[in-house]
Amino acid sequence: MSETTASTMAQETEKSGGSKSNPAPKKGDPERSFDMEELRELADLFEERGLTEFEFENENIRVRLSKMTGMPAQTASPVASNIASSQTPATAATTDESSPAPSPASDLFKITSPIVGTFYRSPGPDKDPYVSEGSKVSPESVVCIVEAMKLMNEIQAETTGEVVEIYAENGQPVEFGQPLFGIRK
Amino acid sequence: MVREISKILIANRGEIANRIIWTCKEMGIKTVAVHSEADREALHVRYADEAVCIGAPPSAQSYLNIPSIISAAEITNVDAIHPGYGFLAESATFAKICEECNIKFIGPSSEVIAMMGDKVEARRTMQAAGVPILPGSPDPIESADDAKKLAKQIGFPVIIKAAAGGGGRGMRIVRSEGELESNLETAQAEALAAFKNGAVYIERYIERPRHIEIQVLADEHGNCIHLGERECTIQRRHQKLLEEAPSPAITPELREKMGAVAVNACKEIGYSSAGTFEFLLDEDGSFYFMEMNTRIQVEHPVTEMVTLADIVRNQIRIASGEDLQYQQSDVQIVGHSIECRINAEDPVKFTPSPGKITAFNIPGGPGVRVDTAVYPGYTVPPYYDSMIAKLIVHARTRELAIARMQRALDMMVVEGIKTTIPLHKKIMADPAFQRGDFSTKFMEEFLLNSDENIAAAAVDKSP
Repeated sequence: MSETTASTMAQETEKSGGSKSNPAPKKGDPERSFDMEELRELADLFEERGLTEFEFENENIRVRLSKMTGMPAQTASPVASNIASSQTPATAATTDESSPAPSPASDLFKITSPIVGTFYRSPGPDKDPYVSEGSKVSPESVVCIVEAMKLMNEIQAETTGEVVEIYAENGQPVEFGQPLFGIRK
Repeated sequence: MVREISKILIANRGEIANRIIWTCKEMGIKTVAVHSEADREALHVRYADEAVCIGAPPSAQSYLNIPSIISAAEITNVDAIHPGYGFLAESATFAKICEECNIKFIGPSSEVIAMMGDKVEARRTMQAAGVPILPGSPDPIESADDAKKLAKQIGFPVIIKAAAGGGGRGMRIVRSEGELESNLETAQAEALAAFKNGAVYIERYIERPRHIEIQVLADEHGNCIHLGERECTIQRRHQKLLEEAPSPAITPELREKMGAVAVNACKEIGYSSAGTFEFLLDEDGSFYFMEMNTRIQVEHPVTEMVTLADIVRNQIRIASGEDLQYQQSDVQIVGHSIECRINAEDPVKFTPSPGKITAFNIPGGPGVRVDTAVYPGYTVPPYYDSMIAKLIVHARTRELAIARMQRALDMMVVEGIKTTIPLHKKIMADPAFQRGDFSTKFMEEFLLNSDENIAAAAVDKSP
């Protein structure tokens, strides 16, 4: 992305009070949070402007970007996640090499959604999730459900390993190719 | 009953997706872009309020993927889907599924789409509605006598065509009764040899036809108007290269006549939303129905320029159940508009030229409109059609419009890929084009004469 484009998008983000995906929290809103798309934009801006430190904190989230020895290290810890079902999916990042992913996940195998739909961690509302962090999976293990047009599609791991990251939230709409789980093989 | 449309999913890509976003923004309607993995950096994805990736680059897995698109519509909670043109715009199945999922399909009903999509059915329906059809034999010719009788009925010249195939084989043009029998025999023999089937039929032959289409707008309450004609005769292999409105060949009387025929047909079939009737125009002013397109068309901007209409806006209003609000007398044709389709293609060989656009400078100034989805740094993907922009001009007269188009083409800079800009410059300079004197044979003749000139023009402009 060119510098102009990045800052334009950043300005747009500020103006509209949110990225494409968020229902509009306004600038200066104590409830404001950041999603993947915005964190990526922030990281780009950070890089392009040659900044070294950035910190943001409110009730929902604390974001700190710190540049050391040319390698930007980014941490974002969402404190409260009340953004689940009203949020629409951010564009999937991990298959796109041009934008830096906020999580240190380059060596993890990503299970991505093969369809558009709603992501569920469990077979039913009162049931236990299929997997959690630390769960071991094999190729046929069902890791989640993506519901599309009232049909519950069981998604299989298609790999062997351990669940290290869970990228999507229960009840969150997901798009084709969106990362759902990070597996350490 | 008016249903509120506050969010629209655009089931398309490229310049038309961007076009729809423009009007939605002006109407305060939120937009959802759906895109394949190859279109992550597409302009419409960046401008839409929300974006959903729906599949892998091939169209069948993304832009034609009905479950994926419907799913995207559900998770983003849209009120309506605008299908644009191409892809699923004329899929009766898709329209029906939208209806069943309670998502408003911005276009006519699935039944009307199905009816007009079947070419044989469409001809029959139009004929019943009083629309002139190209006279021809419905069934293959039985005998030479049969042929003679039919040909007299149809009126010479006629063309004999093979029922089982095309490509010029089994095809003979007959200009008088005396030539009929021998040509019939030759055509049948040729058809038999080429397609193992000697059946032929006869149709009226138009020597130098023009392709004229009429834009209609109809609401869901039986009101319908037409927005005049578009001249689309300049085509290469049945692909339109440029269009204009009004047509230099259409008089106000003919416009009224053709328009009335189209409007009447719409009312007969219960048409709603925007649509286009395509006709072949003979040199004597007689016109014949070819087909109806039940969607917005690529070349709609020339109509918008001369009538000040916003066709997308009207489609959305109609879809929300509103009244058309316009009478035929409200439609005024002002000035002249021309559109050139700029494709990412070699201007001489017409081979596709995908790749990264390194410079892109669009012309501005009075009466210039550019509908595009590319920008500097954008990579044109190889998976979809090659049109990258539509350059549209509007001026008081056709002469002024041509001069304006020449100026605009001259000042349009696209680097990194080849485009058909040099070809359009040559067409604008062509004396026959400038006289307004051309038929569907124009491009064939033009290309035969001008290969060297186009190549020269292309070389001139290279850095």
